[in-house]
Amino acid sequence: MKKVIVGMSTCGLSAGSRKAYDRLGELLSGHPGAFELSGSGCIGMCYREPLVEVRENGRRVIYGGVTPELAERIFREDILGGRVIEEHVALDIEGNKEIRGTESERLRPQVRIVLRNCGLIDPELIDEYEGAGGYQALRKALLEMTPEEIIKEIKDSGLRGRGGAGFPTGLKWSFAASQQARPKYIVCNADEGDPGAFMDRSVLEGDPHSVIEGMIVAARAIGASKGYVYCRAEYPMAIKRLTIALNAALSKGYIGKNILGSGFDFDIVIKQGAGAFVCGEETALFQSIEGKRGMPRIRPPFPAEKGLWRKPTNNNNVETYANVPWIITNGAAAYAAYGTEKSRGTKVFALAGKVVCGGLAEVPMGLPINDLVFKIGGGIKDGREFKAVQMGGPSGGCIPASLGATPVDFESIPATGAIMGSGGMVVMDDQTCMVEMARFFLDFTQNESCGKCTFCRIGTRRMLEILTRITRGEGVPEDIEKLKSLGNRIREASLCGLGQTAPNPVLTTLQYFYEEYEAHIKEKRCPAANCAALVDFLVDSAKCVGCGLCAKSCPADAITGERKSAYVIDTVKCVKCGKCVTVCAFNAVYKK
Amino acid sequence: MEDNFSYRLWRYDGAPGELIPLLQSAQDHFGYIPRAAIAGIAAVTGVPESEVYGVITFYSQFRLRPMGKYVIKVCDGTACHVQNSQLIIDTIVDELGIEVGGTTEDNIFTLSTVACIGCCSLAPVIMINNDTHGLLTPQSVRKLLREYRRRENDAGKSEAAADNAGSGTRQ
Repeated sequence: MKKVIVGMSTCGLSAGSRKAYDRLGELLSGHPGAFELSGSGCIGMCYREPLVEVRENGRRVIYGGVTPELAERIFREDILGGRVIEEHVALDIEGNKEIRGTESERLRPQVRIVLRNCGLIDPELIDEYEGAGGYQALRKALLEMTPEEIIKEIKDSGLRGRGGAGFPTGLKWSFAASQQARPKYIVCNADEGDPGAFMDRSVLEGDPHSVIEGMIVAARAIGASKGYVYCRAEYPMAIKRLTIALNAALSKGYIGKNILGSGFDFDIVIKQGAGAFVCGEETALFQSIEGKRGMPRIRPPFPAEKGLWRKPTNNNNVETYANVPWIITNGAAAYAAYGTEKSRGTKVFALAGKVVCGGLAEVPMGLPINDLVFKIGGGIKDGREFKAVQMGGPSGGCIPASLGATPVDFESIPATGAIMGSGGMVVMDDQTCMVEMARFFLDFTQNESCGKCTFCRIGTRRMLEILTRITRGEGVPEDIEKLKSLGNRIREASLCGLGQTAPNPVLTTLQYFYEEYEAHIKEKRCPAANCAALVDFLVDSAKCVGCGLCAKSCPADAITGERKSAYVIDTVKCVKCGKCVTVCAFNAVYKK
Repeated sequence: MEDNFSYRLWRYDGAPGELIPLLQSAQDHFGYIPRAAIAGIAAVTGVPESEVYGVITFYSQFRLRPMGKYVIKVCDGTACHVQNSQLIIDTIVDELGIEVGGTTEDNIFTLSTVACIGCCSLAPVIMINNDTHGLLTPQSVRKLLREYRRRENDAGKSEAAADNAGSGTRQ
């Protein structure tokens, strides 16, 4: 029987996959037994959502942009008629070799280890995960390997923490394993706070068991008895699927007492975050689990010695744990075969911003930025010019297009002044103002600073004030030196990663886009035509239909015209509030 | 039953680290954290009220004032920002006549911003309660809000009608 799978993760649902699913459900109830209907997680092609897959005898035909009408056509022509609707096929995969469809070129450079099951299995059914080889690694680790052998395997694989810092995972585990104090804890950092990164959400929504299995293996390796998943409250779907998965794992005996008869006990609970970016910092995260304000602690002692509840703790992020079962099953050598000398394996990147095909891509470490942006991302939207890529979120930096050949790995990216971070890549085009971007990030970090360190608390505020002034056209030449000096001091005098990296977006844009700062300060001009105070609002007479809505909404009476002919904005009267842009239904008001 | 705040409070067994889950259940129950809940949590857990208050104000999720029926969270993460989420915020401010952080007079909508919803490839994105809506334009967001408003008005009317019908039969 044909199996029909609808992508039902957050990105699919917000693109309208529920409507396609419901329509297929109605059709199924009219033709009982015609096909089997289920939902799945994210396959990573967010730009083609809603996605519907028709699977039969190892052939997978994935349709993109499925409206309820197209769902009906798929039912009549493909499911009943057996004829593939070629013009809507995103991917057509036969066996594991032949790949066709409009998206095949984007899939080819990818290697799926972390995302091995995302979009393939129903994340709410543990049987499907087991059917895909799930919990075999746990069986092997518990029944055939000693804790030392597990740690050696992870060390040999070269796996490094995927949360951003890139610390070798096996080494981290060995620190916690060598501690005598009991109990020990395993923590999974699912507080994916970097704006622009969403791979952890996709893994939790699409394959929660892989994370749970990785945590249990880690627990066995270090001798932990309890695990915590600290998940953002902004991810309700991830929390729901994780809860279902934990209950299923418990009823199957993968967690709880005497797991698989090995005599090993381990329990996992979910802790919901309450909205604080700094809680992605591990010591702040522990404070938050303990029910306190999430403020970082001084290190040392390191978490391996005194972590959660002051007991030995191992903390890794979602993606790191999701790698573990694959490494145990397939062996360290198979994993180390991917990537570069010092950065082994694969990394999931979240492509977003001004790129044609936004979504998730898992590639071997060391792929050049350009390949990600152009080959996988399909280039820049509307044929515009590639200007920069922002990596590492608010702690990271903007890498200019001229450095597009830089390979993405733990050595090359920091050399540019940015950081790997959790793998968010926000692509920017010539319409993105880099000074405004820097202001945006400082606005974020000064808001999220916990307030413990003076330089971070007050310094980021001062930097934000300067940047705001510059974007309003009130900057003075001394501002640039002030920004540099403040940035360096905040970097040196902050306790945790948030403060130490907060100036990065400003320092990297100063390094690579100095002329944009100068244009704002000296010429009172925004080269990207973005900063409202430094541009003129104009009406595109080709697009304007003369409805007069903009004139009615203008608080300064700056817009005049006759109905049914193009309106005109008086740039002298205009107060640059931007209200006309929000009311125009024809996208006719633009900035220059 | 599990989500009932008084039940959670009653069931509290002194386990450490329960403060934030208790606050979350209070917020789920009341829609915000009322003064009485702070006192209740402090009394049961033994954590001083000042410290409970300190935890509440540290995390952006907690609110000390009632929220509207629909909480709009506009994503202003990097990807949404690059795709002009500010325009979406301006449009909602204009449409609802409230500022960010405010609630409409009829208590239907509360407007807030959020750092990232994790739907970056569908930017700009907003969340209304637990539903996400992506690829928004000023026009589509106005349409969306008007749909919610209309549904709310219709529900209000049919409730009123049901009340009338109900009172009719009782008489």
